[in-house]
Amino acid sequence: MMKINWKKMNEKLGFSVLRLATLVVIFILFFIIYDIVSKGISSVNWEFVTDKPRKGMTEGGIWPAIVGTFWVSLVTVIFSVPIGMFAAIYLNEYAHQGRIVRLIRLAIRNLSGVPSIVYGLFGFSLFVLMLNFGLSVLSSGLTLGLLTLPWTITASEEALKTVPMSYREGALALGATKWQTIRSNVLPYAVPGMLTGTILGLARAAGETAPILFTGVAFFWPILPKFPDALFKQFMALPYHLFIMSTQHHEIVKVRPLAYGTAFILIVLILLMNTVAIWIRYRFRKKYKRI
Amino acid sequence: MIRKCLLTVIMLSLLAAQGFAQGFIQIKGSDTLINLVQRLSEVYMEQNPETMIATTGGGSGVGIAALIADRIQIANASRPMKDKEKTAAKENGVMPYEIVVGIDGLSVIVHGDNPIGHLTVNQIGKIFRGEILNWNQVGGPDMPVSLYGRQANSGTFVFFQEHVLGKKDYSARMKRMNGNAQIVEGVLADKAGIGYVGVGYVYDDAGNVREGLKVLKVARDLDSEPVDPLNAENVKSGKYPITRALYQYVNGKPTGEVKDFIAFELGEGQKIVEEMSFYPVAGEYLEQNKKAGF
Amino acid sequence: MELKKNKLHQTPVWWRRLKEQVIEKFFLVHGMLAVLILMGIFSLLFIEGFPAFKALGLKSFFFSTKWNPTSFVQESYGILSILISTLMVTFGALLIAVPIGIATAAYIADVAPPRVREVIKPVIEVLAGIPSVVVGFLGIIVVGPLLSRLFGTSNGLNAINGSILLAVMALPTIISISEDAILSIPQEYKNASLALGANKWQTLIRVTIPSAMSGIIAAVMLGMGRAIGETMTVLMATGNAPAMPHSFLDSIRTMTATIAIELGETVQGGIHYRSLFVIGFILFLMTFFVNLISDLVLEKYQKVNR
Repeated sequence: MMKINWKKMNEKLGFSVLRLATLVVIFILFFIIYDIVSKGISSVNWEFVTDKPRKGMTEGGIWPAIVGTFWVSLVTVIFSVPIGMFAAIYLNEYAHQGRIVRLIRLAIRNLSGVPSIVYGLFGFSLFVLMLNFGLSVLSSGLTLGLLTLPWTITASEEALKTVPMSYREGALALGATKWQTIRSNVLPYAVPGMLTGTILGLARAAGETAPILFTGVAFFWPILPKFPDALFKQFMALPYHLFIMSTQHHEIVKVRPLAYGTAFILIVLILLMNTVAIWIRYRFRKKYKRI
Repeated sequence: MIRKCLLTVIMLSLLAAQGFAQGFIQIKGSDTLINLVQRLSEVYMEQNPETMIATTGGGSGVGIAALIADRIQIANASRPMKDKEKTAAKENGVMPYEIVVGIDGLSVIVHGDNPIGHLTVNQIGKIFRGEILNWNQVGGPDMPVSLYGRQANSGTFVFFQEHVLGKKDYSARMKRMNGNAQIVEGVLADKAGIGYVGVGYVYDDAGNVREGLKVLKVARDLDSEPVDPLNAENVKSGKYPITRALYQYVNGKPTGEVKDFIAFELGEGQKIVEEMSFYPVAGEYLEQNKKAGF
Repeated sequence: MELKKNKLHQTPVWWRRLKEQVIEKFFLVHGMLAVLILMGIFSLLFIEGFPAFKALGLKSFFFSTKWNPTSFVQESYGILSILISTLMVTFGALLIAVPIGIATAAYIADVAPPRVREVIKPVIEVLAGIPSVVVGFLGIIVVGPLLSRLFGTSNGLNAINGSILLAVMALPTIISISEDAILSIPQEYKNASLALGANKWQTLIRVTIPSAMSGIIAAVMLGMGRAIGETMTVLMATGNAPAMPHSFLDSIRTMTATIAIELGETVQGGIHYRSLFVIGFILFLMTFFVNLISDLVLEKYQKVNR
């Protein structure tokens, strides 16, 4: 009798330890969000979002940093999404299990583990110096594009996997070629999943600092050139702005509210992208369950 | 379809890339100068909206390296260019011209509770070399010294090493902070802390020394009188031993908008230099600037 | 529609075959790009770094603790102390993240009711998405002062601070991959244990987790890879003193932070510049092998469970 009770106790205790660990993880996230939101929200207003930094960056807003982050992320997406999609189509639709596929998968997994600062080194050496793109939106965007590539491939592949085999078989049976099948019967159904992956990749790219450190980000660059021109200019970026506001600015204590405001905008932007992505995936899954 | 759009974008951007040299100045370098130059460029751009100026930090070495590679127009430096760098520049076909935009008294700061009020240059050197490990070795309380300095890419780091440490190495235990302001924050929170920063960083908004911070008086040697860097005259006259010039380097004799901008810095901009708690250019440095055409 | 179909039949078979071939090759090339990029990173780091190796020799890199490339007296490129700092802060991070991560994974996979799981999974994904610069920012402002009060040290910019932040960065990886591993254990295993009279806790501890061990090890390795390669958090919160660390309360400088701090300063093509690529190369190799090991472990356990 006693023994059984002890066993039960043990189980209860064990499960509470697990629950506690989970609560710690949840607490960490909520603490981060709570701290940033509660201290950041008071500095966020219309002017903060739409104005450029003023008075030696102790006043004004962060609009150039938002725009810079946007341009860089755009280059990232334009670069990495098509390549990621095509690679995923090869892996999921064409490739047969074999050495090449194993090699590619190995490469993808390893690429996703390469430290972001190493991508920075690579981007600096390749894009800034060798290809002579200089310190620019283009160099940074391409560097981040390489960084996000493994995720875009993986996400696109996941999306292709969810399309039922019968869709392909139907078209092939009607005499369509492989490419016709993919184009008409696979891709349209995989698009929402790919979108999810794209948005998640974008969110990652928008928050990265180390790869843009040497490839183009500026301390202060309040001008917003028109699009094609902007590609070859330096830029301000939200994560880097947060970095300098908390470590390098003239008066880091005085501008702390601005730093918190920047962190707030960055976090909100990324949470928003994450939410949209998760929502798309959720709807997408539901749809397929019904089929 | 997507690919066509992509191609168009790339073609367009390549075309557009041709004409970006006009009215565009890239400035890079010293973190001591970055906040000053950022402010200067901000005001200048308000007056001359057709000129675009990008300021980037990273340290004096960063700026000079970029100038040597001819990737920027102006390099900020809180130390003069080294001979090695001048040679490298010549090899790359870059002719650096030196301009002094302000003067800085590098102040040595400790926590406000620290009873020490002054040190000699030699003592400070020993502390940062790690030869003096406890405050009681210089007549202070018994607590281990906690060092705050800049990272090796900073001109402040190099200048201090040259003029205070006698070109010897810093103690490897010195914390390498990302910026001057972070050193101030570190020392404010650290009763055993000692650090060095540009004099502009020790003041609060009202122009008083930050509460809880103490700026040490520094004596050239045991026989001379300790000098206060907070007194502008001491710094301008060079009586304060750790006085330095703040430099900008350009490739070739400045022309066009670079010349305009530097002229602004040396004219109207000197008021901003003072606002940012540095000291305006004076004396021999004025003569030197004339050589670069100002 | 009808017309199009006719056209389809009119194109000769060889043409259609060729077209298909070309399309397939097009996709293959994009697939191979991943391999190419990996090799590109490897070779570029090697080419940029090798001259420094040649000029200085292995010994001065690996058997010296003194990293001081800008010294007036004697330039030195010993990476031992920054290497050990990196390993130390990574070890500290794993010490925190592994128990919490595995426990959380076990809870999500084995204990939590489905509805709770639906809530926690996005939480972990969002945590993975928090930018490292935000975590570093809080490391300076929140964790640092807390640590200095807790340990009575004069400042909180030290290895513990870095470890805590890195743990936060590594947790999502560890949790999600361990969770997959635990979930993949067949129900029969658990049923057998339960039928023998073990309760759910005993089953989890003695059957499920040991069976999922290889997957969990892979998860820990991947988390370790993330911690080794993280830059901004350690750059902002560890104080960056390049001395050999003696305790977790010392200020340290990691390999990643060294690159971030010094790359901009160096003269291109100089020894200092190249030595930073050597550090990058070593970092690359470290993460490469960590990933490779986790890959091999994962592959093995997938085979066993099949």
